[in-house]
Amino acid sequence: MVVRGAVVGVINRCIAGLLGCWISTASLGAVLPEDRADVMYHSYSGDGVSIDGPSVLVRKKAGNHWSFSANYYVDTISGASIDVRATASPYREERQETSIGVDYVQNKTSLAASYTNSSENDYEANSFYMGASQDFFGDLTTLSMSYSRGSDDVGRRGDASFAEQARRQKLGIGITQIVTKNLIVGVNAENVSDEGYLNNPYRVVRYLDPNSARGFAFTTEVYPRTRVSNAFSANANYYLAHRASLYGDARYYSDTWGIEAVNGKFGYIHTFGDDWIVDLHVRYYQQEQADFYQDLFSRPDEFNFMARDKELSTYQSLSTGIKVSYAWQFSSQRYIDKSTLNIEYDYMNFDYDNFRDVTDDAPVGEEALFGFSANVIRLYLSVWY
Amino acid sequence: MRSYLLLSALGAVTCLSGCASTLTDIEPWVKPYERSLLADPIMSVNRNPVAMAYTKHVHEAREGARGADGGAGGGCGCN
Repeated sequence: MVVRGAVVGVINRCIAGLLGCWISTASLGAVLPEDRADVMYHSYSGDGVSIDGPSVLVRKKAGNHWSFSANYYVDTISGASIDVRATASPYREERQETSIGVDYVQNKTSLAASYTNSSENDYEANSFYMGASQDFFGDLTTLSMSYSRGSDDVGRRGDASFAEQARRQKLGIGITQIVTKNLIVGVNAENVSDEGYLNNPYRVVRYLDPNSARGFAFTTEVYPRTRVSNAFSANANYYLAHRASLYGDARYYSDTWGIEAVNGKFGYIHTFGDDWIVDLHVRYYQQEQADFYQDLFSRPDEFNFMARDKELSTYQSLSTGIKVSYAWQFSSQRYIDKSTLNIEYDYMNFDYDNFRDVTDDAPVGEEALFGFSANVIRLYLSVWY
Repeated sequence: MRSYLLLSALGAVTCLSGCASTLTDIEPWVKPYERSLLADPIMSVNRNPVAMAYTKHVHEAREGARGADGGAGGGCGCN
């Protein structure tokens, strides 16, 4: 049996994360995205899992109205998370993601569209995105709307007969408002609906089994085949004297699975001369569990829906981070206008309220509560031309 | 639910196109030449899109919540 733990959970959500990128692209109002190229190495290391790889993003204008972009992204995954350590052996795999996009600007209106494909040996995802934004009130206000639709083919390694599908659509709306010469605020709302096979075919739930030496056994999770969520957020950026700024955001989330979550982030940006930018930030996240989540069930068919994904449990996370950027300015006579070298580091800590570490040698249901920390690094070079 | 959302979106687009010319005539209280601070990259929600997309990806992989995670607005018409 091949069990890969949290990986498919990561991949299930990858398109949503990527679409967020394109939402941002469309949010530039009536200004085309700048011509730039970014080459990044990313690394995530935590809970026994390492995920790293490159990401390359290129944007180029064509005339005064059009801009095109392409992104290539790779996740190389290795190790064994707590889910895998409980039931199987470490693994290694790779996911590749490719996106192409186009932006169109006419007067105070901008339109954007993109297509994304994510591929690995047992999961294939395709999605389309459309966005529009309009500037109002002398360009003080920007209204943005977005719609995306995705379709996933879910497989299971070692089981050729397993073939499931999941479909997803997202509808977002946002308003950004210039309040003063120093302050920009924004509010956003997004509805996401999924249907189909939404759980991880490798992940399992735990149930009491007196015939087992450990007192418990595992069986496959069963999730509802639909999920609808709503999220509302607000953000603000304030310019301080001496070229520094404060920023913050807050979000409330709820869905039909019973999950409720809030998160907030606060940051300070300081500059040194014209070339150095330093960003310090802290972020807090807290959620309440899904209705059908339990750490330990009494029997394998106790309920119609059963989950033991720790991302569906009750927990909180605190992250702190720093970003440092150094810029080179070039003569306007050269093909390259500007370049920056950037390094970003975040330390993330997760504490679970009702997800137990089954590798702990303790009586069933009394194991230590699980928690872990992760180191997240982005190192990238950006070039404007 | 889907039909309702799509109809809402279409309604919003219709309103957007119908009201745009009127709304854009309103006099701004922060003049275009007063927006130099807002145009500074340190005021941009998404000044590094490749890193921001990755950070969102990490959050969505490790958290149950999703959506409206910043950036759906943005832009200040400063350029």
